[in-house]
Amino acid sequence: MSGLAGEAIRRFKENRAAVIALLAISVVVALALVGPWINPNDIETLDWRHLGSPPGAQGAHWFGTDRLGRDLFARTLAGTRVSLGIGLVASVMSLCVGVGYGAVSGYRGGRIDNVMMRIIEILSGLPLIFFVILLTVIFGRNENLLFISIGAVGWLTMARIVRGQAMSIRQREFIEAAVASGAGAGRIIVRHVIPNVIGPVIVYATLMVPQIILFESFLSFLGLGVQEPRASLGTLIAEGAGEMEAASWILLVPGGFLAILLLSLNIVGDGLRDALDVKES
Amino acid sequence: MARYLLMRLAGAIPTLLIIVTGSFFLMHAAPGGPFDQEQTLSPEISANLQRAYGLDQPVWVQYGRYLKALAHGDFGPSFKYKDFSVTELIGQGFPVTLELGLIAISLALIIGVPLGIFAALRHNSPADTAAMSLAVVGIAIPSFVVLPFLALLFGVYLRWLPVAGWEGGSIRYLVLPTIALALPPLAYIARLTRGSMLEVMRSPYIRTAFAKGLPMHIIVARHALRPAMLPVAGYLVPAAASIMTGSLVVESIAGLPGIGRYLVQGALNRDYTLVLGMVIIYSSLLIGLGLIVDLLYAWLDPRVRLEA
Amino acid sequence: MEPVLCIERLSVGYAQRAANLEAVQQVSLAVAPGECLGIVGESGSGKTQVFMAAMGLLSRKASVSGSVRFAGSELLTAPPSSLNRVRGSKLTMIFQDPMTSLTPHLKIGVQLAEVLVRHAGMSWRDAWVQAGLMLERVQVPEHQRRLRQYPHELSGGMRQRVMIGMSLLCEPLLLIADEPTSALDATVQAQIIDLLRTVREGIGMALVLISHDFSVVAGLADKILVMYAGRVVECATAADLLSHPRHPYTAELLKCVPTLSGPRLQRLPTLAGQPPRPGEVSAGCAFAPRCPRAADRCRSERPPLADSADSQVACHFPLSS
Repeated sequence: MSGLAGEAIRRFKENRAAVIALLAISVVVALALVGPWINPNDIETLDWRHLGSPPGAQGAHWFGTDRLGRDLFARTLAGTRVSLGIGLVASVMSLCVGVGYGAVSGYRGGRIDNVMMRIIEILSGLPLIFFVILLTVIFGRNENLLFISIGAVGWLTMARIVRGQAMSIRQREFIEAAVASGAGAGRIIVRHVIPNVIGPVIVYATLMVPQIILFESFLSFLGLGVQEPRASLGTLIAEGAGEMEAASWILLVPGGFLAILLLSLNIVGDGLRDALDVKES
Repeated sequence: MARYLLMRLAGAIPTLLIIVTGSFFLMHAAPGGPFDQEQTLSPEISANLQRAYGLDQPVWVQYGRYLKALAHGDFGPSFKYKDFSVTELIGQGFPVTLELGLIAISLALIIGVPLGIFAALRHNSPADTAAMSLAVVGIAIPSFVVLPFLALLFGVYLRWLPVAGWEGGSIRYLVLPTIALALPPLAYIARLTRGSMLEVMRSPYIRTAFAKGLPMHIIVARHALRPAMLPVAGYLVPAAASIMTGSLVVESIAGLPGIGRYLVQGALNRDYTLVLGMVIIYSSLLIGLGLIVDLLYAWLDPRVRLEA
Repeated sequence: MEPVLCIERLSVGYAQRAANLEAVQQVSLAVAPGECLGIVGESGSGKTQVFMAAMGLLSRKASVSGSVRFAGSELLTAPPSSLNRVRGSKLTMIFQDPMTSLTPHLKIGVQLAEVLVRHAGMSWRDAWVQAGLMLERVQVPEHQRRLRQYPHELSGGMRQRVMIGMSLLCEPLLLIADEPTSALDATVQAQIIDLLRTVREGIGMALVLISHDFSVVAGLADKILVMYAGRVVECATAADLLSHPRHPYTAELLKCVPTLSGPRLQRLPTLAGQPPRPGEVSAGCAFAPRCPRAADRCRSERPPLADSADSQVACHFPLSS
């Protein structure tokens, strides 16, 4: 098994774009985590002397300030932390639900599978944003709602993929052996099915993270996501879009961070897919 | 063939009905009413409002009345835009959004497909690598990041195009929004076409076509193109959904008077009927598109026609 | 008379990570006008690769060296435009699986007519008529109806007839048939072989018949060439080769052909061992590990292809005639 992993790692390393992207992600994450210590400014202080000033060394505001005098670098890093945090948590949730759902559906087969797949079909029909909007109209702008709806982004595709794998694995001999030795369906799913679908799952999980971050930014941009006073990259970009003509850096800095983050995550995901040789189903 | 279409149509109507019903009851199951956010009203005024909008009736009655009105094209009054009915708002905004969306999807196909074919035929060449690198960028970066950047570059720095606005829909105001909307699906379609084309060109029947001495352009156009387009046809509905989602933001940023903007406002204002109406419109569009794609599949692959 | 097809020292290799994979090594052969040459070998022997290379159908990853002359012109270095004038009109090829070899979304009539439109400059209407006539010639009934149908609406045998028809439209000098019957039922096989025989006699066309099955080749071939591990090991007239094979491999292969006459066998005879995997290169004769007559010399020194009278054999110790 390590032979396969070693081969995959070697292939990944040969993909220069993917390696650079991985580096970029590391830099961004490191900055986001370490930022508060190296940046002399914090996100709340309003610096009256430097309202809306461009990037430069004035007052140690490396990336400038916004309309209210808040340090943009600090705010961007804070926003990155929020976006990354939500992205990871929601991804993990999505992963668990998707893998579990798909494994059960694919392994059980028959009517259970049919019903479960129908549900996915119906849910796939409408773009997620409309669900979110409906929920927002009903329940108001609630951040807990945010987690639920964002987590709903990725699990559909993940469930489909895992189901496909589970169905093909079901046929194989070692499953028959396990069944013959009296193992229950649950145990078989956990012990046998899941380890075998690891490959595609890793790839799509990696591709799911940027989707989720994107969706969160999208919602926050519209005002339906993260609320004041907390900032996410989405809200910062919304602010920046408003200030575009006069103070373009307010848009460029968070926008640039988000673009780099999403691009790098996608490239790494593609690189992983090539390295692990997973086909698009 | 006609029977196939009718069958699909018959299947689509229940889906739409489920969406309408589901949304309707979901909204009425919510805590609070549409007027809760305003300043606290006296009980009498509140009761009057309820009566005027028919909210004092049992849910089933409201549902029935809604459906009936719907059949006549009446989506009810907007709770926030007091002077307008939802139908009017839709009437104002829909043509704008439709125009935006159609141009975007056309751009995505007209540029994306040839780009993908070009990359496939020049597999592993620098041109191929360049095209696919651009595609990754296009896929990764969403419309709401692209549009402000484009507006910054072309509107503020270069001053070639207006930053925002509509002005009755003259072309200058359409350029940036449609490009921003088209870019992600365009990139995805290019990549999809390239992969599909590469696979089709490896098929035995393409080898036969070469063996018959047919030139490359005939092989691509007559033998390879239609099967290669199958995955793209399958992507049309997700592409439309992606463009619809993007339009919500693009319309807001660029100040375009389309229904996307109303939908966002409706969500922020908790305007029930407006949101419900918009959701129905968007769903119908997607379902309709799904039917068209089914027809497209039948044309692309004759085996599907006979199965139907 | 000048041969219709003359292949000299053809080699086909694929660059792999560790080393080169030689699929075909120094193969030479010639086909006289009107002659039927049978090519026999196991899968992996390179028999298909030789003719795919000749037709220019190999992928870009293949490196091809040597010479292939068709009706006097060199094919390997020809620009695509001249290659396309010859392919499909005077030099045609049909493949093993007729289902996947026909374009699924085009009508049969279109796939036939386009050959004439392209090579003979006919109008689509005239070409369609000719296509119908050709279907009659290859014994596909109701040809008007069939022209308007799609490949998946025809049976395997009919599809192969269509393929044959497609290759005959421009009266080719040479038709290469790569395992034309392998994907078909036994009864249909016989029909297709008969059709090829009839057609050949009709227009005096040369035919290259590739198969792993001697019984398919025996009925039609004037000359038979046997390939093993990318090389020619024996080449002789059909009559000679079938009755007095000189290469041990040929002899073993012939023993494996089940016959209806003769003593009843307890077990079907087989050849022990496996052919070398593509890429496995040995110093000596590639067949030595499996040869009942192998000696030390066979393992260390590769036997060259030796000419004698009208036959060739690559063996240090050929069977006597």
